[in-house]
Amino acid sequence: MRSKAKTVIIGGGIIGLSIAYNLAKMGEEDIVVLEKSYLGSGSTFRCGSGIRQQFGDDANIQMMKRSVEIWKNMENELGYNVEFEQGGYLFLLYDEEELKTFERNVKLQNKYGVPSRIITPEEAKEIVPLLNTDGVIAAAFNHTDGKANPFKAVFAYANAAKKLGVDIYEYTEAKDIKVEDGKIKKVITDKGEIETGRVINAANAWAPLINKMAGVPVDIPIHPYKHQGIKTEPFKIGEINPMIVSFKHDGVYMTQEANQGGIIGGYALKYGPTYDITPTYEFLRGVSYRFSQIIPALKYLNVIRIWAGYYAETPDDNAAIGRINEVDEFYIAAGFSGHGFMLAPAVSEAIAELIVDGKTSKPLWFYDPYRFERGELREQAVQMG
Amino acid sequence: MSDDPRERIIICRCNDVTLKDIEDIIDSGITDIEEIKRLTRIGMGPCQGRTCLPLVAGIIARKTGKKIEEIELPATRVPIRPVPMGVLAGDMDEE
Ligand SMILES: Cc1cc2nc3c(=O)[nH]c(=O)nc-3n(C[C@H](O)[C@H](O)[C@H](O)COP(=O)(O)OP(=O)(O)OC[C@H]3O[C@@H](n4cnc5c(N)ncnc54)[C@H](O)[C@@H]3O)c2cc1C
Ligand code: FES
Repeated sequence: MRSKAKTVIIGGGIIGLSIAYNLAKMGEEDIVVLEKSYLGSGSTFRCGSGIRQQFGDDANIQMMKRSVEIWKNMENELGYNVEFEQGGYLFLLYDEEELKTFERNVKLQNKYGVPSRIITPEEAKEIVPLLNTDGVIAAAFNHTDGKANPFKAVFAYANAAKKLGVDIYEYTEAKDIKVEDGKIKKVITDKGEIETGRVINAANAWAPLINKMAGVPVDIPIHPYKHQGIKTEPFKIGEINPMIVSFKHDGVYMTQEANQGGIIGGYALKYGPTYDITPTYEFLRGVSYRFSQIIPALKYLNVIRIWAGYYAETPDDNAAIGRINEVDEFYIAAGFSGHGFMLAPAVSEAIAELIVDGKTSKPLWFYDPYRFERGELREQAVQMG
Repeated sequence: MSDDPRERIIICRCNDVTLKDIEDIIDSGITDIEEIKRLTRIGMGPCQGRTCLPLVAGIIARKTGKKIEEIELPATRVPIRPVPMGVLAGDMDEE
């Protein structure tokens, strides 16, 4: 392992790897990524693969609009097919109040050029013929939302970063960070020490531990909650193209893998804060029940796998992204709740701009890590699961 | 089809992964079974790897010189056997 680096990124998930890639792309040299286990092992390989622009606030909509542009071109840019598919996101709406909220959101999304719209239950059924539309009064649909393969996306960013000279060390854990007079001196790992002047905390569910190592004096509340996912045996491909969401069924979401044909998804059952990720029978039963209510034909499909992972949650479900003033050259991009996978392309681009150019035109202010201490919570991010 | 005979040897029958697919990945420097699993989907089919994972462990052992006992197989997660969702949901009888 090398003993010196200009930048040390802690965390080899989609966020850390995409930041490494974007920094290198902007000409930064001497970048190291530390991952305590294997790449993607944290939340990224456990995610539901969904990518959507249907948020309810200006910042997340703009960030996701940019992200989708990058997702769309990712195969070209990174030289690897990440199986990005624009099957859309379909939110099922069951009462007037829900409809009002989504009408408001759609208007905001349209303002930024996201082509979402409110459709009738009949139109929803045309998109997914197997859908049970009992009680559905309308739906919100955006055909440019979609999904991608988390395994391949991690691989693509890691490989592209390596090609640009980034060193990635797996099974290497950051144990401590030495700071003197407000300046970072080195990162101590279980495999040796790295002298450095810059640390990026991309450890998501473990981010508070990294903040503590560096003595970050700001209260950034990020807590790990256990959420789960399910996968069924393959089903005729193309039956469920969009991600279907119903808040009336406790935030259930489901879609069909583009190439494999299994149905994957989950719902809003959560446990924690905890670092335990044992799957639960309660989830298995609960998700099966809700899936079968939305698409009755799924009753006959076998479940082949369930798993658990972390939503690294903040009080307003928005991440903490930015520079920490008290520790020179310490940055954080963590606490992504249920939407860090989809946001990674735009977030990493913005952080790289912030570091290299000193500023970014993207609305990173929204994710200000100091907002919790100031008591300025954002509007709760739209999120399922 | 190319002449490489390894393309005709299917290691993971559920997800149609060949011996060549797996050896190519190992040759590219990736020897962690978890990582190979995630790149090729070995072990992620309906049989959940009961057929292919022991074979893959054998290939890794042969190519890296490790002992097969040193290669940790991915944990199997509940349910052990595939179960229909309707049975889990408990409302199959309403039909
Ligand atoms: C069930 C489920 C479904 C989800 N569905 C979606 C979805 O549909 N769409 C979406 O966008 N998001 C989804 N998410 C959320 C998404 O998975 C996360 O927001 C995203 O993966 C965060 O990426 P990350 O790189 O910040 O974190 P991680 O992938 O967790 O990466 C952080 C890494 O840091 C490493 N690390 C920690 N401490 C140290 C240390 N001291 N030294 C070295 N390394 C360290 C960890 O091992 C880990 O690999 C879902 C999550 C779950 C659990
Ligand atoms: S043979 Fe590989 S998962 Fe079944």
